[in-house]
Amino acid sequence: MGGKEIMPLSQMQVGQRATICRVGNLKSSEDWIKKLLAMGFLEGSSVELLYESARKKQDALMAVRVRGGLVALRRSEAQSIEVELL
Amino acid sequence: MIALVGNPNCGKTVLFNALTRGQAQVGNYAGVTVERKVAELKLGSVKSTLVDLPGIYSLEARTPDELITWQVLFGERCDESTPDLILATVDVTQLERALGLVLELQFHGFPMILVLNMMDLAKKKHFAFDMSLLSEKLNIPVVGICATQKEGLDDLLKAVEDFLGSHPKQTPMAFQPSSVLVIRERFKKVDALLAQVVQKSMGSSDISDRIDAWILHPILGRFILFLIFTLVFQIIFNGAQFPMDGIELGVAFLGNWLHRILPEGALQSLLVDGVLVGVGSVLVFLPQILLLFLFILLLEDSGYMARAAFLMDGLMGRVGLNGKAFIPLLSSFGCAIPGIMATRTIENRHDRLNTILIAPLMACSARLPVYSLLIAAFFPNPVFWAGVRLRGVILMGLYLLGVAGALMMAWFFRKTLLPGGRPYLLMELPSYKLPHLKNIVLSLMDRLRLFLYQVGTVIVSVSIVFWFLVSYPKPPLGASDLAVTYSYAGKLGHWIEPLILPLGFDWKIAIALISGFVAREVIIGSLATLYAVEHIGTSEVSALSRILVDEWSFATGLSLLIWYVFSCQCFSTLAVTYKETQSWKWPALMLGYMTALAYGGSWMTYHFCKYLGL
Repeated sequence: MGGKEIMPLSQMQVGQRATICRVGNLKSSEDWIKKLLAMGFLEGSSVELLYESARKKQDALMAVRVRGGLVALRRSEAQSIEVELL
Repeated sequence: MIALVGNPNCGKTVLFNALTRGQAQVGNYAGVTVERKVAELKLGSVKSTLVDLPGIYSLEARTPDELITWQVLFGERCDESTPDLILATVDVTQLERALGLVLELQFHGFPMILVLNMMDLAKKKHFAFDMSLLSEKLNIPVVGICATQKEGLDDLLKAVEDFLGSHPKQTPMAFQPSSVLVIRERFKKVDALLAQVVQKSMGSSDISDRIDAWILHPILGRFILFLIFTLVFQIIFNGAQFPMDGIELGVAFLGNWLHRILPEGALQSLLVDGVLVGVGSVLVFLPQILLLFLFILLLEDSGYMARAAFLMDGLMGRVGLNGKAFIPLLSSFGCAIPGIMATRTIENRHDRLNTILIAPLMACSARLPVYSLLIAAFFPNPVFWAGVRLRGVILMGLYLLGVAGALMMAWFFRKTLLPGGRPYLLMELPSYKLPHLKNIVLSLMDRLRLFLYQVGTVIVSVSIVFWFLVSYPKPPLGASDLAVTYSYAGKLGHWIEPLILPLGFDWKIAIALISGFVAREVIIGSLATLYAVEHIGTSEVSALSRILVDEWSFATGLSLLIWYVFSCQCFSTLAVTYKETQSWKWPALMLGYMTALAYGGSWMTYHFCKYLGL
């Protein structure tokens, strides 16, 4: 996989596109992972960060396009999703 | 029973209205006030009922709302058996996600037809796929429709008829939660399926994204939000004048007519000073109330509401609430009752209770007439800035004061009774849609019916009782004081007066406030009756504000305004809070804290105004 950049979704910049490579980390509850999956955050799906309600702030909202839907979540919560930049 | 199931915002309700021609009956499930929309569906030879269910993303119910859908599907709702057929409704532009739910439903063995909605959008986005192959692979009938244009509905009805005619009743298996692994496998299946079926995938950018670049912009977006609300309040206050004048004229005309044809005496007084004044003074505000609901519906239907929640999440977060709570709070501007019921989309119990408790601080449409009357009485209406008029600004100020109080209380409850961390947020921002005219008209008609029903029952009866209490017993011969002083209401008012005298309220306001507990707007009719009885011959409503200026000081007027911002004068709100929380504790707390706020706020306002010499 060398050369490709892997990072949490929370660190993406507006306008960037990526492929989801892992949903949920050690800290995530099963319930939370299930919720993310049902909203379309699945390994292999592509995401695009379209908007954010504020730069940098940990509790700012991000709006991402994923599996046809536009979904809002907090940056702190987006940490549990790992992506690979396209 | 046929159930409409699908993701939120997939157009279920539009489809429901199109299929049932707006014949829906909104009823409640026994025990809880859970709205369900049910209508009869006639299909050639068969008859069935159609149920519109709250949207879900998966069968794992977490919110009270989702739980209803779950319970209906698995036959756990009272006397109902599992549905004979599910119309799994899908926004065709979101197949990638929605098919996950479809496969989950299929796994549980529900009899199902897949309804692909918004086919017109698919065409616009050059999205092409093989529908018959999809049907074959899923092994269920698939129908493409466009609910807003009423396209494909005949095909759908025929498919339903064929299905019910050819399939014996199927009972689903018991619910099985899916493991994380199973969900992943399910979506892999979706991807494999779409790879076979899709001939031309969608263009990625759409008009919705271009709008959002403005609306969701961190600075510009908030400015637009502010602008929208300024505009709304200006239109409500200044745009409704013409129809309001019309209604007022009609009421005055009717009053004069009754005056002429009825013999002088108790009956004439009852009809003119009691019923007509009471009803007419509330009816006048119908255009404003309808306008307010129209704006709320437009914001909801267009998809803007979720954006407002997105923009407000930061502020809501500061008082420990979820951005999602913004939506029930916003609809509380219309009426706290649907607002409180809309909190069912909130998962965490503490978050939900907190939202319920503060919802009635959002100024509801029943306060609007009271605000209107008092503002018109005590404030001039010069152009304030760039066509914006002062009264509209004051009105918006009162709304903002309610919001500020709500946020403050939310913070307080968070720190004391209802602790918890920052709730998480995972929310879909639905793509923008042109509001669907028929849906809007149907909802407004519902509102109109409810309002007229309220006027026809509650307000007429309160007006009659009130008129009686104000008119009897008659003053003794040669009495020097006003007639009302000697009435039952007068005595009651005098008895209460010491309690509210520190707020600048006299015994007449005391009587009006008590009557206003039945429903907030009733106070206007009561004031009109109180003063009409005194100023014989001035049953015209517009005269009321002139009379109030003569009778009250500015301090009293403003104090009453502030009282109305905070007080909880609505039996229905307390009742719905009880039903939603299943405990008297919460409505009691609601009544208690709001009354305390109102008392404190009015007291400070009155004394501050007095201090300034107003």
